[in-house]
Amino acid sequence: MSEKKKSLQQHQVTPVTENPWHKLNDFTDARIGLGRAGVSVPTKHLLAFQLAHAQAIDAVHSTLNIEKLTTDLNKLDWAQACAPDCAPLILHSRAKDRATYLQRPDYGRLLNPESAKKLDEHRVQNTPQYDLAIVVVDGLSSLAVEQNTLPFLQALQTYLVPNSVHPDNTWKLAPLCILEQGRVAIGDDVCERLHASCVLVLVGERPGLSSPDSLGLYLTWGGKVGLTDAYRNCISNIRPAGLSYQEAARKAFYLLNEAHQLKLSGVNLKDRSDDDLINQDRTTKNNFLIA
Amino acid sequence: MPLRTNFQFRHSVGQRTFGFVDLADLMAKATPARSGDRLAGVAAENAEERVVAQMTLADLPLSEFLQQTVIPYEEDDVTRLILDDHDKAAFSAIAHLTVGGFRDWLLSDLATPEVLVKIRSGITPEMAAAVSKIMRNQDLIMVAKKCRVTTAFRNTIGLEGRLSTRLQPNHPTDDLTGIAASMLDGLLYASGDAVIGINPATDNVQQASRLITMMDEVIQHYEIPTQSCVLTHVTNTIECIEQGAPVDLVFQSIGGTQATNDSFGFTLAHLAEAQDAARSLNRGTVGNNVMYFETGQGSALSANAHHGVDQQTCEARAYAVARKYNPLLVNTVVGFIGPEYLYDGKEITRAGLEDHFCGKLLGLPMGCDVCYTNHAQADQNDMDNLLTLLGVAGCTFVMGIPGSDDIMLNYQTTSFHDALYARRVLGLQPAPEFSAWLEKIQISQNRSEFTLNDQLPEAFQSSLNRLQGGLS
Repeated sequence: MSEKKKSLQQHQVTPVTENPWHKLNDFTDARIGLGRAGVSVPTKHLLAFQLAHAQAIDAVHSTLNIEKLTTDLNKLDWAQACAPDCAPLILHSRAKDRATYLQRPDYGRLLNPESAKKLDEHRVQNTPQYDLAIVVVDGLSSLAVEQNTLPFLQALQTYLVPNSVHPDNTWKLAPLCILEQGRVAIGDDVCERLHASCVLVLVGERPGLSSPDSLGLYLTWGGKVGLTDAYRNCISNIRPAGLSYQEAARKAFYLLNEAHQLKLSGVNLKDRSDDDLINQDRTTKNNFLIA
Repeated sequence: MPLRTNFQFRHSVGQRTFGFVDLADLMAKATPARSGDRLAGVAAENAEERVVAQMTLADLPLSEFLQQTVIPYEEDDVTRLILDDHDKAAFSAIAHLTVGGFRDWLLSDLATPEVLVKIRSGITPEMAAAVSKIMRNQDLIMVAKKCRVTTAFRNTIGLEGRLSTRLQPNHPTDDLTGIAASMLDGLLYASGDAVIGINPATDNVQQASRLITMMDEVIQHYEIPTQSCVLTHVTNTIECIEQGAPVDLVFQSIGGTQATNDSFGFTLAHLAEAQDAARSLNRGTVGNNVMYFETGQGSALSANAHHGVDQQTCEARAYAVARKYNPLLVNTVVGFIGPEYLYDGKEITRAGLEDHFCGKLLGLPMGCDVCYTNHAQADQNDMDNLLTLLGVAGCTFVMGIPGSDDIMLNYQTTSFHDALYARRVLGLQPAPEFSAWLEKIQISQNRSEFTLNDQLPEAFQSSLNRLQGGLS
């Protein structure tokens, strides 16, 4: 080999070791098979990460579009189930803005005086015992709430509202509540003021790099101010690329039913909604890592 | 303003006298600044008051911590655990010291690794927290590095010159192939000697059983000297064991007050029951440490269960719970809780070093989830700094996740690559049994500098070929 050719070949040796398992990227959004420069992340993937982080930071600071969400929620069949007045109630926590919200979680867990008054007045004017209150909370991702609330509630209402498939649904539903600058526990304040049996909080979860749009769902039986997280059941990651709306609604209804029968929620309410499905698949035969 | 008369502690600087109501107040005000203590309303009002509190605390005899509690004995089972289990014989070597004198002693050559092992059951969490509050970051590193804590299950964790990793192959829907993909990626990057640990997307006994079974099959198939864990509630894991699932480690998040643990839905009796159940399976080969605990500053306040005690002291008290049950691993998930408790990279870094120091001083196999969320004022550079500092301090283990991005829990932690960086720049190796396996299966080479092979190991090549269409 000539010296010139040798030098050229050395010049072309790539500093990046590629990983020959790209195919696995079909099965997960995790950042696998990145390859390495020495033992470090190659430039291309380093900068892709930095971009995703920048987008996630921006998602945290966006505000909820109340007008659009209200229009969305008016498309639901809720009217048949929560007479007489089913317009969503617009509420606000004690955190006046995002900066306060991020530093004062205690403010995010309680209604501001105007919102508390609104619910108290609603309670005076409406006497039915509600089986369920649903509270839509912006949390840490307005994007998640705006994108996933309507399709999820459309899936859930088939279990709750009388319809052609389930004409006997008898759930008495409180008006939907839309809540700004709220945290999960604010559902307890709402539940207590409405005298609802239980509360389901739909909340924008902490944006991840791969999932700025993830909706979380928290069920609390007999929600009242001061309850801890041990009294809640959680279903996480509801979004198009995560847990489907139908699956989330099925699980949520399972938990709602169990909560109503057992009159409790939290660590004593085990989610066994998938027992049948999982038992069929106990062998873990889908695992390519083993023969 | 006239000075109130109900101060237990007073300290004069020049013409001015500062007062502190009680031990909890003094500890809180001596704590380096952080958002969680401000949120709780227990922080020092200004920088001067903080340092005066530190000076006052430095003069306090260590023996005071056996006389006074920050949370009453009658009200709190963690306080009872701390005082009832206190080893007076071990304490006798340091009984004459003040908090300030304790700092000097820990840094001195009197405190050899052997001596530190002997006295640790005489140190209470409050003593560890108190001394940490008057230590600089380099002090926390210096002393932690002298603390020797080794534990074992299928490998030996915590030996000198070692840095282990938890392979964390989380998937947002617990999809088995997705989890397997991240596991393979991690193993090929030499990750997973501390544990292969999955946070399940849904808290569900059957799902936990399924994931435990799947990890067990992989560990057996490749004969990996490591252990698995599904990070579900302790009561779920007890059910898994009853149903016959191959459980290696029992997980639980723990806090430093009884009310915090109530909020997590468990009692100390649950931990004892779970430890017995897991030990009865006899699945460890070189040891029988079967518990994996996670902690983090701010959890007590988050559950409104802090009794006016600062978050770092609450955190140290959680270590009393941990050490009662001889864990294989304890992990402080330092930046996960968010900016209302640790505001930025500086506060996260300080907290990570404090937690590691206090845990090690008390005799725990302390690891750290070097992490942050997207609503905190922190970024990858902050994590690089903390990882490096902890590596120098002799941290037992860190997390390993593909590309730093946890797609289930939505936060950023250390990547497989990050751990290799730390191993390279600091000359650290994985646990010895795991190191031997990495060489045997041709993932890494035995060199002074940790080096991965360029070629895909044969055993994994055939696994990948099982996927439809091979690798293309």
